Amino acid sequence: MSAIPKDERFTRTSLFHALMRRPEMGAVSGAVLVFLLFLLAASPTMFSARGVVNWLTVAGQLGVIAVSQCLLMIAGEFDLSVGSMIGFSGMVMALLFRFAAVPAWAAILAGIAICLCLGWLIGTIRVRSGLPSFIVTLAFLFILRGATIVSARMLNGSTMVGGMREAKNTDVVAALFGGQIGQGVCRWLADIGWLEKLPNGTPTVTGLPMIIVWCLVLGAGAAFVLAHTRFGNWIFSAGGDPRAARAVGVPVDAVKVRLFVYSAFCASVFGAAQVFEYGSADASRGELKEFESIIAAVIGGALLTGGYGSVVGALVGALIFGVVSQGFFYTGVDGDWFRIFLGCVLLGAVMFNTQVRRRVTGVY
Amino acid sequence: MPTPVIEVRGLTKHFGNIVALQDVSMTLMAGEVHCLLGDNGAGKSTLIRTLAGNNRPTAGEILFQGKPVAFRSPADALDLGIATVYQDLGLVPLMSVMRNFFMGREPVIDCVLFKLFRKSEARRIAREEMMKIGIDVRDVEQPIGTMSGGERQSLAIARAVYFGARVLILDEPTSALGVRQTSMVLRYVARLRNEGIGIIFITHNVRHAYAIGDRFTVLNRGRTPGTFTRAEKTRDELEEMMAGGREMADLTEHLSHDALEHL
Ligand SMILES: Nc1ncnc2c1ncn2[C@@H]1O[C@H](COP(=O)(O)OP(=O)(O)OP(=O)(O)O)[C@@H](O)[C@H]1O
Ligand SMILES: [Mg+2]
Repeated sequence: MSAIPKDERFTRTSLFHALMRRPEMGAVSGAVLVFLLFLLAASPTMFSARGVVNWLTVAGQLGVIAVSQCLLMIAGEFDLSVGSMIGFSGMVMALLFRFAAVPAWAAILAGIAICLCLGWLIGTIRVRSGLPSFIVTLAFLFILRGATIVSARMLNGSTMVGGMREAKNTDVVAALFGGQIGQGVCRWLADIGWLEKLPNGTPTVTGLPMIIVWCLVLGAGAAFVLAHTRFGNWIFSAGGDPRAARAVGVPVDAVKVRLFVYSAFCASVFGAAQVFEYGSADASRGELKEFESIIAAVIGGALLTGGYGSVVGALVGALIFGVVSQGFFYTGVDGDWFRIFLGCVLLGAVMFNTQVRRRVTGVY
Repeated sequence: MPTPVIEVRGLTKHFGNIVALQDVSMTLMAGEVHCLLGDNGAGKSTLIRTLAGNNRPTAGEILFQGKPVAFRSPADALDLGIATVYQDLGLVPLMSVMRNFFMGREPVIDCVLFKLFRKSEARRIAREEMMKIGIDVRDVEQPIGTMSGGERQSLAIARAVYFGARVLILDEPTSALGVRQTSMVLRYVARLRNEGIGIIFITHNVRHAYAIGDRFTVLNRGRTPGTFTRAEKTRDELEEMMAGGREMADLTEHLSHDALEHL
């Protein structure tokens, strides 16, 4: 076939256009705005070492489940059972540790394994029954929360199980979830005077909570899988048009089930980190986290109807959430305002995202 | 006579109480263009969706190169080199040209838990294959949603051609194409036939069908009166069959009326 003449209608893509094409653009500009706002309005302690670790921890916790929620949303599903799964996983681990007298590492691994099975069950019910994930995962929101409360009351007498504060100092696996990283660095920074010390001589920041590491590792892994693997392509196609995907042999159902399992895994990581960082489990842990993770993913550019989204965007969305939810404390404005503000950020970011997406993808 | 690349024997497909196909038999030889003709709702798409592994037949059998096959999914058919352009194209608008092109058939390298998607190779092939069909995709990372209907159709065809090593099934592939692009696609199909690929071609355009078809099978409300070769039918007769595919005598009568009324 003869060479096709160059089409003169094409202009070169500018860097700006290339940047604007990224699905996480809305989240990044939102984050810049939010940071500017709090830099101006909040007291400088918000950006002291201690303040930063404070909101980074909140962002990291949410980031862990925002990542899995984002992948699920790209695949055309979402998981409302995340919050209950967090409470459930933590309670399972705590009860095993306290009442079955198993070591912390075994309790954690068993808790995660049980959650993986539940994730598989949720995903399988979703794809086999054909019921929307809204219904199936909403059912598990209640089932898991109920199971958490019931089991805690039956075994423990109250919905709060404590006494695990020491585990992270003696158990490597518990430390991997509830411990800190970079303690040596913090001590050193304090010694050379870069980090303030408390009156008793310990640095104001003793280290970074492991959940932040988990968030970054899980986020980097998910972003890589999404962009550079066959499974990533299947995730996009499963959410973009499941019928078209099936017609070219993409195992859509298997993809979705695996993502529900991954979602349960991320929730159990969150649960384990909370239990072993604070040394206790509580039946109400993780409440509302399902919505917060969806908010983070949506701010990050994910489309509720599937087929589009960004892991980096979801992480930035989680960062915005962390900054906003913790930042109010430093502004002197009553903390109760934060939800109103967050709702507005959500709306603004999504409107922006919608505009960008329409221009980029031509899909209305 | 050589073994047909695909043979359909007594194929029947019911959707609940709807009879979409009833006892349909046909053969597809390597290196022929076999046109499938019939009214709207005649069962053409159902037939090819069954051949492509999307539907399981209610009764009857499909033979691939003489051996019976039972496709559990479209992947099974693709593995044998049977690729399809569906009437609705089967593309994902939010995904890029490259990602659509290789959807479900990604070139990969094994890497621990995952199969790495060889994207630079995929980009190059997608671009080259689109070039062959006459579309210069400047940017294969461009989402399908920004392409015109004709460009999308060309992409769907290019994709099927690339993966349809033995059999290519085209369900109204030229419906959204302009004159230049249509002749390009038809010439392309003719070239693939000469390379020995068996092609099932569905169209409502009699000129296209007669221009390219070697044999013609008519479907009429899920049944087939049979297959005709090019030598057995004139273009007018073909036109009659395509206009409805009813019983031949009936049809001729009808058409003379209709043709007069509408002209
Ligand atoms: N999944 C399905 N469920 C129920 N009925 C179906 C299904 N698919 C097809 N049918 C029915 O089978 C019949 C044949 O449909 P089919 O799509 O094969 O027609 P067609 O020949 O491709 O028509 P057209 O020229 O309009 O594309 C129609 O009556 C249709 O309603
Ligand atoms: Mg059809």
